[in-house]
Amino acid sequence: MKILVPVKRVVDYNVKIRVKPDGSGVELANVKMSMNPFDEIAVEEALRLKEAGKAEEVVVVSIGPAKAEETLRTALAMGADRAILIEAEGAVEPLAVAKLLKSVADEEKPELVILGKQAIDDDANQTGQMLGALLGWGQATFASKVELGDGKAEVTREIDGGLQTISVKLPAIVTTDLRLNEPRYASLPNIMKAKKKPLDKKSAADFGVDVSPRLEVLKTEEPEGRKAGVKVADVAELVDKLKNEAGVL
Amino acid sequence: MAILVFAEHDNETLSEQTAKAVDAAAKIGGDVHVLVAGKGAGSAAQAAGKLDGVAKVLHADADDYAHGLAEPVADLIVKLADGYDVLLAPATSAGKNVMPRVAALLDVMQISDVMEVVSADTFKRPIYAGNAIQTVKSNDAKKVITVRTSTFSAVGNGGSASVETIDGAGNPGVSTFVKEAIAESDRPELTSARVIISGGRALGSSEKFQEVILPVADKLGAAVGASRAAVDAGYAPNDWQVGQTGKVVAPELYIACGISGAIQHLAGMKDSKVIVAINKDEDAPIFQVADYGLVADLFEALPEFEKAL
Repeated sequence: MKILVPVKRVVDYNVKIRVKPDGSGVELANVKMSMNPFDEIAVEEALRLKEAGKAEEVVVVSIGPAKAEETLRTALAMGADRAILIEAEGAVEPLAVAKLLKSVADEEKPELVILGKQAIDDDANQTGQMLGALLGWGQATFASKVELGDGKAEVTREIDGGLQTISVKLPAIVTTDLRLNEPRYASLPNIMKAKKKPLDKKSAADFGVDVSPRLEVLKTEEPEGRKAGVKVADVAELVDKLKNEAGVL
Repeated sequence: MAILVFAEHDNETLSEQTAKAVDAAAKIGGDVHVLVAGKGAGSAAQAAGKLDGVAKVLHADADDYAHGLAEPVADLIVKLADGYDVLLAPATSAGKNVMPRVAALLDVMQISDVMEVVSADTFKRPIYAGNAIQTVKSNDAKKVITVRTSTFSAVGNGGSASVETIDGAGNPGVSTFVKEAIAESDRPELTSARVIISGGRALGSSEKFQEVILPVADKLGAAVGASRAAVDAGYAPNDWQVGQTGKVVAPELYIACGISGAIQHLAGMKDSKVIVAINKDEDAPIFQVADYGLVADLFEALPEFEKAL
């Protein structure tokens, strides 16, 4: 079986982002970029399935600027077999990403697409479900456990209040939640090897997909700050303030 | 303008998230209908009819909808979509699972996690874990929206809308339900609790967490939360996690105990009405968002707090 893993290049999760003073967006110049953490988990899961003999090939794909090649090389260094870069400048919305991924899936014919449940930049949480809809495949979102069976995958999902296990017919979409696995680090020899692994470059136009945004971003601003309140001296004062000043007890 | 709200329920009770989503729908303005898709969920449909501002409830009852599987539910919403300008759901795990599928089938770019309705086509939503707020205008003819319910208020229960039984839309049969493990608890749900008490890594162990946090929670009738650090260390179960990667909450009172206040935790609780922080470290960032800060050893302060309640 072939597994397709879409990955996104985003601002590193350790970076404290800055909103541009003119409200036009978030400062991306000279900021450390990395693979979206949920996508790292997706790559790791695909590799584990391959190592367990359940899959033969792991193909990674990224839609983004030319520099997204670095993100794909990271996935190759982790152990993915080959990569596809679809170059597109500017922000590409989940709907357009899903349409491009559908074209890739139509060509590559994977039996499983594993991707992060959301990207930590736009926090949209849409691409996997949208891809499932466009392909007409079943979806198992927010996965914390994936078991491949004959023609199906049994997936445990993190839902509000607990866990739900569903069975999806293959081919299917799985989106990853944080606790699915802990991604590996790429070793230095593997980073060197990754440089020679095949990476196919295409552009969004090759697929005839219109990637122009549907949502117009009017403004990006800092969230309203919360002001620090007062320090209380002891428990008695705390209880008194909560009862008589805040009125919440 | 007509708006269809996708109801959150467990086939018996209507979740408060639905009442909050109806508030968001009312702010967009127009005829608000609620879709209850489930199996034997008649009482939830009746409850939806009582919500203020709801003009009609559509009730689809079928085995296909018993467990909220995304594919049949999305097909049902798409079938109904012709009659609506806006399709809206609370951004719960169920809403997040289904709505993007609906959006793609309708060729619409969804607006996720709306925290404020600016106008009928313009909305505010958080990006980068709430560290920036985007105002977006949708140019799609139909809007597909999920709303962050913690920033809306539940509407009242004074309505009397009719409940109309509707046919299902079939099941593509690509997924089946296997089992569910919902944590049983007498405590209120984190996302709807009036009071939440949360513990951090400073608790030191699962035993201490139980011993120090739970009595206060019991006394206050509070839900129990935890920081990611406490969950990762195994002091508290996954579904207690409050933060960007866990639950986003906005109770009337949030008590953070031994939580330093990492950005990812703040993103999940900073919309709480009143925040109390109890921490030994007076420089902990949590104090910068707390209305009332107590610099103290939580192992002494919490038992004392419990007694004083």
